[in-house]
Amino acid sequence: MLDLLKIPVYSIQEFTLLTGRAYRNLFLRPHYWDDVVIQMDIIGFGSLPIVVLTGFFSGAVMALQMSRALSQYGASGQVGQIVAIAIVRELGPVLTSLVVAGRNASGIASELGSMKVTEQIDAMRALGTDPTKKLVTPRLIATAVVLPLLTAIADFVGMVGGWIVAVPMLHLTTGSQYWSSSWRSLEYNDLAQGLGKPFVFGMVIALVGCFYGLQTTGGTQGVGRATTQAVVVASVWIFVLTFFITRIFVNM
Amino acid sequence: MADHGPESVLRFERVVVTFDENPVLRDISFNMRRGETRIILGAAGSGKTVLLKTALGLIRPDSGRVWVFEEDSSDFSEHQWMKLRRRMGMLFQESALFDSLTIEENVAYPLLNQGAPPPPGEVRSRVEEILTFVELEHTLEKFPSELSGGMRRRVGIARAIVTDPPLILYDSPTAGLDPITANTIMELVAKERDTKSATTAIVTHRFQDGELMAKFSYNPGSGKLEPVLRNGTDPVNTVFMVLKEGELVFEGTQAELEQSRDPYVSKFVKH
Ligand SMILES: Nc1ncnc2c1ncn2[C@@H]1O[C@H](COP(=O)(O)OP(=O)(O)O)[C@@H](O)[C@H]1O
Ligand SMILES: [Mg+2]
Repeated sequence: MLDLLKIPVYSIQEFTLLTGRAYRNLFLRPHYWDDVVIQMDIIGFGSLPIVVLTGFFSGAVMALQMSRALSQYGASGQVGQIVAIAIVRELGPVLTSLVVAGRNASGIASELGSMKVTEQIDAMRALGTDPTKKLVTPRLIATAVVLPLLTAIADFVGMVGGWIVAVPMLHLTTGSQYWSSSWRSLEYNDLAQGLGKPFVFGMVIALVGCFYGLQTTGGTQGVGRATTQAVVVASVWIFVLTFFITRIFVNM
Repeated sequence: MADHGPESVLRFERVVVTFDENPVLRDISFNMRRGETRIILGAAGSGKTVLLKTALGLIRPDSGRVWVFEEDSSDFSEHQWMKLRRRMGMLFQESALFDSLTIEENVAYPLLNQGAPPPPGEVRSRVEEILTFVELEHTLEKFPSELSGGMRRRVGIARAIVTDPPLILYDSPTAGLDPITANTIMELVAKERDTKSATTAIVTHRFQDGELMAKFSYNPGSGKLEPVLRNGTDPVNTVFMVLKEGELVFEGTQAELEQSRDPYVSKFVKH
């Protein structure tokens, strides 16, 4: 029984230590800004096409789903509002983060995992750099900054997707009503949670990816395992955390 | 300690390292002095790599002490280790070159990251100089994946010695290489030892690597390795060490190794 608990307890302890170090490095020199920029490029621009695609279709499908229900109550004019709230509060942040988790938690874990099994992490330490400073903190900063931006783009594209379904396709409402009702329905609170969530999820994705990468043992097979675990764990955390963050905002 | 001879460079005192409750190094003690060459033999999995990583502070012992340059590293922070590691070079088993960096950037890495970096022009010329030393001056712009195993090993050596560290550790420099390439590598290792008088530890499973280090030395005049003349005092001071499942089962000279009756130890001697 104790043995069964030992591995998760050990993992949590190691994860906490890594997290602590990654944040402490924010205030310690040297800072590897070049690596931050490179990571922003990889994570941000690299994810842009797929984020735009998922954003567009989630907005479009929301409008499609809502069209019938709303016309039953004669409220099809409200479609802009419904799409806006669903996208900005929940679908934009969560779907974007899941996409980035699938792409980048795995990318980070496999990159760091290969470095680990080929002793490049050891070499880094032997040659005067702290891998948490050089590898983890830049990825943490980059993902936390880039993910809210990607989410904002996904939100906007999702609204456009909803508009295409609601206005030119199904004629549920007029274009100006769609945009004005969606704009009016959004409150400061919605924007705060809509951008706060991806900020938190970005940190989770980077830290989980780095953690599993740096924990890799057992050669190339181990890299594959680390990659899968990173995606699964990061995705589950996104769902769990979005519940708790939403809970906080609903109470406010 | 009332010791004689040159000062200690690396000393293990009853070092134990365990992974998941498996002892990987069991009660290892030895003392390496300045100018010495130490050949570490042992079967695969006997703990040779772990021993070198423990010497570098990459792995911390569960018990026992590691003294580096006569400093007890037991309570060292990672920061203190970083300072010590500037005086140690390490060639990793599979070279461990950074595969996102060019050869030039790989070799420049310790110059730029260990202590205050020299002026940019100096970095470039130093990198060129050391790549010429390992006869790879034409590969500056290449990436590690574009080089053969033997060439990567040589870049690894260049990166390990570019800062002229007084203590150099080589992890299996000849493993997986054909005999000709392996010899080129060992000649480089001997050349570095004899031109910089660096204290050198070499992990290997080839007895002839040790023999070469013990019996030959580099002559800068002729640019070749030449047999060491046996005129009484042995100018090349080579100690052999054999690890077996984490235990130190032999430590002594080549002659003593060749005379050993232990079946495990004598397996490493070429007949
Ligand atoms: N990071 C690690 N985690 C768990 N076990 C390890 C680790 N590194 C090495 N070992 C184990 O320690 C033993 C010695 O390994 P090593 O020093 O690499 O052997 P070698 O003499 O071939 O270099 C092996 O049994 C290996 O499985
Ligand atoms: Mg080894």
